[in-house]
Amino acid sequence: MKREITFTLNGYEVSAEVESHRVLLEVLRDTFDLKGTKPGCGQGECGACTVLVDGVNVDSCLYPAFEIEGKTVTTIEGLIREGNRLHPIQEAFVAHGGIQCGFCSPGMIMSATALLSENPAPSDDEIKQGISGNLCRCTGYVQIVESIRDAAAGMKQNAG
Amino acid sequence: MTKKFRFIGTEVPRPDAPDKAAGKAVYIHDLVRPGMLFGKIKYSEYAHARIKHIDTSKAERLPGVRAVLTGDNSPMIRYGFIKDNFVFKRDKVRQFRDEVAAVAATDPDTAAEAVDLIQVEYEELPGVFDPEEALKEGAPLIHETDPRGKPRKDNLVPVPWRFVAGDVEKAKQEAAYIAEDSFTTQLIQQSCMGTAGCIAEFDLQNNLIIHTKTQIPFLAQNDFNQALKAMGLKGKNSRVIVPTLGGSFGTGLDTHGYEFIAILLAFKTGRPVKIVLDREEEFKTLSPRQPTRSHIIQGCDKDGKLLFRDLRMILDNGAYTSWGATTPSVMMLPVSSIYRVPNVFFETRIVYTNNTYCQAMRGYGNPQAAWPLECNLDHLAEKAGIDPYEFRLMNRNIPNDITPMGLNITSCGHEECLKTVADRLGWTEKRGKGRSAENGKARGVGMASLFHVGGSGRVYRSDGSGIIMKLDDFGNVSVIAGGVEMGQGFESSLGLASAEALGVTPDKVKVITGDTATCPWDVGTHASRGAFTACNAAIMAADKARSKIFELAAEHFMPRIQFKEKLKQKKDPAYQPPGLDYERVLGPEDFDMSENVIFLKEDPDHPLLRLGLDEVLREAHYKEQGTMVVTEAFYDPCNQNLDMKTCRGNMSAAYIFGTQGAEVEVDTETGEVKVLHFAAAHDVGQVLNRQTILGQIYGGVMTGIGYALCEEYKTKQGRNLNPNFLDYKILSAPDVTFPVDVDCIETHDEEGPFGAKGVGEPGLVPTAPAIANAVYDAIGVRIRSLPITPEKVLAALKEKKE
Repeated sequence: MKREITFTLNGYEVSAEVESHRVLLEVLRDTFDLKGTKPGCGQGECGACTVLVDGVNVDSCLYPAFEIEGKTVTTIEGLIREGNRLHPIQEAFVAHGGIQCGFCSPGMIMSATALLSENPAPSDDEIKQGISGNLCRCTGYVQIVESIRDAAAGMKQNAG
Repeated sequence: MTKKFRFIGTEVPRPDAPDKAAGKAVYIHDLVRPGMLFGKIKYSEYAHARIKHIDTSKAERLPGVRAVLTGDNSPMIRYGFIKDNFVFKRDKVRQFRDEVAAVAATDPDTAAEAVDLIQVEYEELPGVFDPEEALKEGAPLIHETDPRGKPRKDNLVPVPWRFVAGDVEKAKQEAAYIAEDSFTTQLIQQSCMGTAGCIAEFDLQNNLIIHTKTQIPFLAQNDFNQALKAMGLKGKNSRVIVPTLGGSFGTGLDTHGYEFIAILLAFKTGRPVKIVLDREEEFKTLSPRQPTRSHIIQGCDKDGKLLFRDLRMILDNGAYTSWGATTPSVMMLPVSSIYRVPNVFFETRIVYTNNTYCQAMRGYGNPQAAWPLECNLDHLAEKAGIDPYEFRLMNRNIPNDITPMGLNITSCGHEECLKTVADRLGWTEKRGKGRSAENGKARGVGMASLFHVGGSGRVYRSDGSGIIMKLDDFGNVSVIAGGVEMGQGFESSLGLASAEALGVTPDKVKVITGDTATCPWDVGTHASRGAFTACNAAIMAADKARSKIFELAAEHFMPRIQFKEKLKQKKDPAYQPPGLDYERVLGPEDFDMSENVIFLKEDPDHPLLRLGLDEVLREAHYKEQGTMVVTEAFYDPCNQNLDMKTCRGNMSAAYIFGTQGAEVEVDTETGEVKVLHFAAAHDVGQVLNRQTILGQIYGGVMTGIGYALCEEYKTKQGRNLNPNFLDYKILSAPDVTFPVDVDCIETHDEEGPFGAKGVGEPGLVPTAPAIANAVYDAIGVRIRSLPITPEKVLAALKEKKE
């Protein structure tokens, strides 16, 4: 069964015809050719597919395509600023060694974005809880936490 | 002695990080080739069975299916360490992950549906799932014949490892104290976040182009060329292209069934065929870390000096032979050489079973050896009445020493690593003090050391790495390498080393890797050798480039400066040109270059006597009978292959040491082990990029803690029971509840690039024994099987009570 869905994707209103059994991850990667969101496990366990739906970080591999109707989706591509500049959170990951193989990074950064928009000055424990659904095999999480801590401090400074 | 470098040793953001942060890096999952088909594999439904009949007719008729292959319509392609594995099982299946058929279709869903439509009729055979059972008389034979067709009489894999030094039996008689234990290690999975996969395609001359996850592009090229030969395409070539890798951790050291299948499907259909494993397939069909069963006896004299070490292992080889069977060649290093032990006996028996087979995983046998070695060492120290830290210090490795295996230890930071960890943990205050459980919780500290190759490792006949350096007339440098970036920071270290050696800034350097058609030869990125060999080759190539540049400078320096001065005068008639000697004859030896600028050694700060590298290169390109600056170097260290009979040979050009220690808290009511504090001190020779070296050690430590406490690939009768991240537990961020102190000990190795040694693997080698030794300090029980689960702790505590 196919249906046309309309939603906001990285700031633009878009439409797509999708089959009933598709998930948001497939719609993003295959229909809209946005490959930044990664397929890690297909079971909502690893978080590599994390995107924001109405500001909340979700596993797009479990999110039914039909449910995206009328919602606002932000992917890693949506964080890039005008002039081809990285978002402060992305910059912080680059500056603090939060990225090694990079496969978990888009999902990790999206979860960090959700965390900092809700809690602009999180403790280290709150940071770890905020990325608890994002697995990483390379970094051991230490420099990821440092990156997010630094991003929070930088964004707070710019806001204040 | 601290060395002064411009860029080496600092924290430098990785050049590949921005693309990865932006979601722009292209992994195999993201790669699309025009006209691409999707491949899917049908696996065995039994651990051991005869294949009676395969019916592919329904699958072939499904719309969208373009090819269905089985052993009946495919050539025999053999692969693996002893070539006992082959593509598409025929006659029988020996493990659940055996590939029986495969499909190529226009979309992934159709491919999956077609696989389900393939009907295979089996006759189940009795299976054997324990190596000791498989050695018994009358056990089912996994392979009735060897790869040459000769009948086999038992399940012993013909890869015997045996090392003898001195006289262990005599030493046993002389020892004042002896400790004997049996240990086991479990199967664990590399768990790369980016699963494995490839896209295979043929050009119109029947040469293969394959984009694939690999750490060994040139050895893979050889394997694929052999496959082409078996397909009737002798003389055709393979081009191996490596996309951005989502981790590898040793999975890329093999060529795999799915790669050969993609190649066969691509040839059959005439179109690119993509096979990417989903997570369940990745768990079930990729080869995990080799499990082990060890029996160890170590002994010392009355003062605590180690006298002998006797270690015997049984390895479950699974159904086919891959790198798991060669892990003893690496185990040999710590077994023969960690701490100073004159008498050593090491023997392994490797046995076929119907379980999954294993290959390389970060550490490659060293974690499996460190487990019995370091746990038993603590046991021996206790018997001798000596504190385990003091015991280790007494027996530590020292610089400039040759070990019983013939390993030539040059730089050695073992002592400093031990002292650093003891200091970080507060050893003297904490050891033996936390046993009295308060509200059921007991605390303890423990440590363990590691010994590994750090100056590459002559695992294959070659240990070489090539570098090509190409300069353009903007002063940009392309450093083209045969090694592979898999997330470890290879490109970053190589870029920094190249910039340092050449005299340019790192932003001018671009490292290019991952294409056998354009990159120079490299045996592979394994054995923690990436930075060591490639950076050494880069230093050699940079040296050649500087010679060429300075020759060009000698020719163009003064004329170009004169031209610029004249230009200034033309623009501003009031300008007074200084009295420079434009007729002066300069030679290459007069010049130096730093941060992209060429200047005279005698007057490095002269404001006018300097030129940009780009200016000199532009003069070189644009003059008549011009020239370019492209240099190459091949670095092949002075190390040796292991003599297969004696198991001796100086395998590496340098060795690395490290110590890790943990403070743990054990809940005696639940059995849970909690890490309170972790310390890692690693002898790295010289830090290249401080940011990436810390990342490698942190990441290694967390994988090591997983090995110690929670990771286990569970099987029953050969079937994987937990092929997902819900049931296979790797550490997540909230599990890192403890501070991790990492100290990089710099011993400035003579052979290493700027003194550096490898560090890719050591982070996870001594972690498990460090934790187990801390658990012993806390509750007085030794857990001898990994992982250290609450159930095992409670059972051990119960046993101790009784």
